[in-house]
Amino acid sequence: MNVLVCIKRVPDTGARFELTADAQEIDTRNMEYAISPHEECAVEEAIRLVEKHGGSATVLTLGSEAASEQIREALAKGVERGVLLETDGKEWDAGATAQAIVEAIRATPFDVILFGNECADAGNYQVGVRVAQQLGLPCVTGIKALEINGGMAQAKCEVAGGWEVYEVPMPAVFTVKEGINTPRHPSLRGIMAAKKKEIGRVKPTQPNVQLLKKRLKKPPERSGKVEILGQGKEAASAIVAKLKELGVIQ
Amino acid sequence: MILAVMEHDRGKIVDASLELLTLLRSLAQPMNATVNAALMGKDAETIAPLLMEHGVTKVYLVQNERFVDYAPEAWAKGLVHLIGAVRPKAVAAAGTDRGNELMARVGANLGLAMAANCTELRPGERLGVTRLRWGGSLLEEAELIGEPKLFTVAPHVVAWEASPAREFSIKEFHPSLEEKDFRVRVVKRIESEKAGVSLPDAKVVVGGGRGVGSAEGFQRLEELARLLGGAVGGSRAATNNNWRPHSDQIGQTGVQIAPDLYIACGISGAIQHMVGCKGTKRILAINKDPEAPIFSRADYGVIGDLHEIVPALIDEIKKAKAR
Repeated sequence: MNVLVCIKRVPDTGARFELTADAQEIDTRNMEYAISPHEECAVEEAIRLVEKHGGSATVLTLGSEAASEQIREALAKGVERGVLLETDGKEWDAGATAQAIVEAIRATPFDVILFGNECADAGNYQVGVRVAQQLGLPCVTGIKALEINGGMAQAKCEVAGGWEVYEVPMPAVFTVKEGINTPRHPSLRGIMAAKKKEIGRVKPTQPNVQLLKKRLKKPPERSGKVEILGQGKEAASAIVAKLKELGVIQ
Repeated sequence: MILAVMEHDRGKIVDASLELLTLLRSLAQPMNATVNAALMGKDAETIAPLLMEHGVTKVYLVQNERFVDYAPEAWAKGLVHLIGAVRPKAVAAAGTDRGNELMARVGANLGLAMAANCTELRPGERLGVTRLRWGGSLLEEAELIGEPKLFTVAPHVVAWEASPAREFSIKEFHPSLEEKDFRVRVVKRIESEKAGVSLPDAKVVVGGGRGVGSAEGFQRLEELARLLGGAVGGSRAATNNNWRPHSDQIGQTGVQIAPDLYIACGISGAIQHMVGCKGTKRILAINKDPEAPIFSRADYGVIGDLHEIVPALIDEIKKAKAR
């Protein structure tokens, strides 16, 4: 089984962030980067599929040379091959990203193509859907369980009050949500082996953008200051008084 | 005309769809346009009268004998056929998982961009949008080109308001669909066995983070939540360490909560977590680090070790209830 997993390099933001002076990006000078969370689980799922069914896994991302750091991370965990669709680092919209991916993989059929349900930063919810549409493949979004049996795949999505189960013919595209698995950490051996693995590089040309980003801005901060009710277990009675005031307890 | 794609579960409308109609009415007014709605799926027709109360002048019942449970390709194709027939200026859905998926498919099908999770709309040849990024910790101002404009509206941005339409009609629309359009579909629904109040519906939520330290540590949080008639959730640290199932994760990659009170125990307050509790009325933070970012977002704070404070609080509440 040949599996492709598409990921995105995003800033590892922590508690707060600032914008660049031109308001086009997050100021990342003091930030680490990571694979976007849903996609970290997609990488894990790709490795597990290959462990179970044989074949090989390929990781792909679109971004600047710096994004090869996230490709190496996936390679260190056990993915065999990496592909970087190398850009100057400016943001591409979802349609343009999907088109570049489709062109890069059209000649290489995969049995399963995995995405994250949405990336942490742009939150477009659509690159996987667009790739599937252009390749004419079935696609299930937001899955939290995947079983493959012969030519059919069963995927489950968590919805309010339970689960919805899909069955689709292979090959197919799936967008994954965190919770489908617990991603592994790379082993030391994996990290060493990843250094020797080759990363294929392609420089795609950017098609016309239809969603034109003007600027980023921070939402208004909440006003008001925290009211400290006390310190340590002695604060318990003050908390109860507040719970009564709020009507949480009678 | 602006076409609103309604979301419902077998005839029970999703609140975010009513919020969508409220926002679309304010977009339609300066454009001198009407708001129409597309309905599909089992028992969809039962919602139509409600939509008139929310300013919809015409409802298109998109029908097919196989439209029962969700089948994304067929539903999107049905919408694309409707769009071709009635030529709306804009098509929008609520920014839920389903709404985002359906509109993404419509966009892919028509070769048009789709702006996900908008909070503001500015009419014009290029539709100006403000949309959520980083789950709402950042906003993006952008312009959408092409026609029709395709977008979704983020939930909880506006409160819905009814505003009855002066005229109202219902029209059936039968898209031509083939067997292969249904290759992706829900074949089975499994009801959850979990008892008690669910996280998204809870009025009180007790959350635990890295500071809880173990799965056992959550037992006292469970007890606190039971006493307050609430539900227990966790931060990404808690679910990644398998102290809680992933379905209990509050945050950008998990559940969104909107309780009257959120008691956050041993949670530092990372953006990823805080965007999951944006709908919360009040936050009480318990943390031993007075510098933790959670205190800048909380209404009430208690500084100290949650392992001492939570048991003491449980005792106090029991005493208060016994009186």
